[in-house]
Amino acid sequence: MRDYIIRRLLGLIPILIGISLAIFIIMQLIPGDVVSGILGIEQTPELRAMWEKKLGLDKPLVEQYLTWIGKAVTGDFGESFRTGAPVFPEIMSRFRISAELAIMGCIFAWIIALPLGIISALKRNSVIDRVVRVIALMGVSIPNFASATLIILFLAKGFNYHTPVKYVGLFENFGTNMEIMVIPAFILGSVMAGSVMRMTRSSMLEVLRQDYIKAVRAKGAPERVTIFRHAFRNSSIPIITLIGMQIGSLMGGTVVIEQIFSIPGLGQYTLTGINQRDYPVVQGCVLFIAVLYVVINLLVDILYTYIDPRISYN
Amino acid sequence: MNNLLEIRNLRITTLRGKSKVLLLDKVDLDIPHKCSFGIVGESGCGKSITANAIMNMLPYPLSISDGDIRYDSRNGEVELLKLDKKAIRAIRGQEISMIFQEPMTSLDPIFTVEMQMYEALAFHHPAMTRQEMRDRALEMLHRVNIPRPEQTLASYPHQLSGGQLQRIMIAIALINDPRLLLADEPTTALDVTIQAQILRLMNDLKEQNDTSIVMITHDLGVIAETCEEVAVFYAGQIVEQANVMELFHHTAHPYTLGLLQAVTSLGGESRMLYTIPGIVPPGGQWSQGCRFADRCARCTERCREAMPALTEISPGHKCRCFLNSEEVEA
Amino acid sequence: MKREKKPVINRALPGNESLLRQLWNDPMGRAGMIGVGLVILLAVFAPWIARFEVGKMNSKARFAAPNATFWFGTDNFGRDIFSRIVYGARVSIIVGVVAVSIAAGFGYLFGLIAGFFEGKAESVIMMVMDIIFAFPHILLALFIVAVLGKSIVNTMIAIGIVNIPVFTRTVRASVKTVKSTDYIANARSIGLKKMAILFRHVTPNILAPFTVQATLALSGAILTEASMSFLGLGIQPPDPSWGSMLSDARKYMEQAPWMAIFPAVFIIVTILSFNILGDALRDVLDPKLKL
Repeated sequence: MRDYIIRRLLGLIPILIGISLAIFIIMQLIPGDVVSGILGIEQTPELRAMWEKKLGLDKPLVEQYLTWIGKAVTGDFGESFRTGAPVFPEIMSRFRISAELAIMGCIFAWIIALPLGIISALKRNSVIDRVVRVIALMGVSIPNFASATLIILFLAKGFNYHTPVKYVGLFENFGTNMEIMVIPAFILGSVMAGSVMRMTRSSMLEVLRQDYIKAVRAKGAPERVTIFRHAFRNSSIPIITLIGMQIGSLMGGTVVIEQIFSIPGLGQYTLTGINQRDYPVVQGCVLFIAVLYVVINLLVDILYTYIDPRISYN
Repeated sequence: MNNLLEIRNLRITTLRGKSKVLLLDKVDLDIPHKCSFGIVGESGCGKSITANAIMNMLPYPLSISDGDIRYDSRNGEVELLKLDKKAIRAIRGQEISMIFQEPMTSLDPIFTVEMQMYEALAFHHPAMTRQEMRDRALEMLHRVNIPRPEQTLASYPHQLSGGQLQRIMIAIALINDPRLLLADEPTTALDVTIQAQILRLMNDLKEQNDTSIVMITHDLGVIAETCEEVAVFYAGQIVEQANVMELFHHTAHPYTLGLLQAVTSLGGESRMLYTIPGIVPPGGQWSQGCRFADRCARCTERCREAMPALTEISPGHKCRCFLNSEEVEA
Repeated sequence: MKREKKPVINRALPGNESLLRQLWNDPMGRAGMIGVGLVILLAVFAPWIARFEVGKMNSKARFAAPNATFWFGTDNFGRDIFSRIVYGARVSIIVGVVAVSIAAGFGYLFGLIAGFFEGKAESVIMMVMDIIFAFPHILLALFIVAVLGKSIVNTMIAIGIVNIPVFTRTVRASVKTVKSTDYIANARSIGLKKMAILFRHVTPNILAPFTVQATLALSGAILTEASMSFLGLGIQPPDPSWGSMLSDARKYMEQAPWMAIFPAVFIIVTILSFNILGDALRDVLDPKLKL
């Protein structure tokens, strides 16, 4: 088992190198050059040379890449063009906010989706099943920015309620933080909820008609044992795969949701960086999120081996 | 109650679109105590769903539309179809057990054999200690001739062969000393040599216990090796029922005759494999006359017009054919 | 019982005509087809359907509520929202179709090469695909646009690139399946050149899964474009896009809720129709999954 994890971690290295190379190569595609972007109209050859030296642009590409990646590994993502502040600490502090949002979103999604998916499968073709299927289809079909806008509109018009604009940290004031986060997290989780609901339903239906479920019932198992110990645990394998895949769209979702609700998370930081052409910020955020995504997927893969004994570690 | 199990007038329907379709049509069956009873027929004839109905475990969208099943339990006579959920669960696995066609998929892939054996005990004896369960499980594995039982207990199903898994399924089925074992094609998915071993094992176990066995199969060879009494199913009905010797030597129904001819004799010369022409008419497409008429070489005008009744043609031998009796199904 | 006789099922995919007919006969399939069809009609006949010139501002009619002239009301510049929605459909469909064509084209090419020639070419291509896959979808698209600059063309390129791996994987898997069948081996034994085999035998066989994938990708691409435009990094003004219309509406939401409601409804209905169609398509092609 430990060997397996180590092997998987080693397998991560080429992917991480690939990701960083991809980011570096895409950054080279910036039309014109970075320095003219920074300087705007106040260009003088001296200023230019100074910035190029500062950013290491006078060196060959290979060296530029190695310098960048060497620093990045030690947690040095460079400094923002706009504020001059180091990027990495900013990413870390904003990451906490985004993580809170994403985790709450996941929890909402699972709390809603798993029970409904299971009930829907058990009561197949009943009224409940139909309602759940419609809800799930809505969940996957309504883009989060559309539902967010409509919900804000509805709350404002119907209840004259406006979500707090100024962000308050989780540990500063729990109540206010929750008031800020609950609606965004709910909307963020809704897409995942829809797809998890559908996957839970179809996966449960698939498992419920397996011979071993019949055999468990034939042993005299109470329904709750049949459903939770046997059917649900077996169906959770494809559900976990799906959740792993959905993490990516969840991360994309935080960019949109943080923008709409003015939550100072990583997504908002990335977007600000993009809008201000603040390349160290963009580069750092994209690298951080991609690495995070890959690592989460690795964790999901490792989680499998705990659930499914058929996966061999070799 | 004279018999262990009495099925009366059992009808099972399924849903096709919104309409109900009959799959099993007024079946009466008596399973005596300490008897091995064979049910034989082609696929879709209703033999498997009969077993599932006894356990009250019909899969959606099948349902029992009529009939009753009485069972002589240790605690007196019960009507299986009228039991509440809790009571039928107490019957399953303790009074009546079942083994299935596919041993490879009949054990939950994510749990060890140990856990799945303990579970069968724990459902019915919640007070049992772990050590007692372990002892009982090992004893059962010994009885079904599993080599290295300790090691097997710790295994996952994918680490074992089909033959071993079917032995384990039998061990699980018998772990609570049931009075009735329903065996639904227990050897169909296995290798021929393993088939023989499993059948021999079942015969031995039957000798040692007071368990009655209902052997459901499409293979008359299996019936000949294991059963005392046989019912032949065709298109949701019993068409012939008799003692095994009587059935093989004084076959009365043309369908049974066809099945017998279709059995390949291993020792015989190679010859063209006999098959009964045509297919079993599926539920919903049954004619009002004899359901075998279209495939029968001796079919007459009358066979197409009226349904022959299942009548006793000699003591203990029932047949549903106008060749033997003129009686018409009510 | 299951084991005794298995009916032989014709595994060949149904032809296009019967596929469309089957979809039409399924209530969900029909609903999806109608929804998607309407959006496409809006896109194609936009100039005839729209009631005003798309960019036409009218300072006297700012924030008009829906009425007989302005069916869906007007926005902060007095532009007719109905007309902008109609043209927005056109933008959505064009961006979607072009992006999916880019993705499908490259995906097809890479998939064929990877599946057919195997060896080094395959591992390099699949490595690149894994790397693209390692980025969350919209993040990579935003990143590409951030670097290349905001424009409709760059939006299409970004969405296209992001979608390449799905197609590569689909095509590669199909090529491998087809390759293992006998008739490819036969074609080889009668001496057809590799490339000839590729086009004559593999291409028609992978068309069906490829089409399904393209339909699914189209709805994904439309969604990505709307999200990017909503964030201000997709379609740029004055071109109308449902996403940017919805984004603009947020500032005036309380005085002119119709500015938000109509684009939102059109985005939702479009994505919903595509999803329903996708579900129906999957059920028709793989009835086993229909539960």
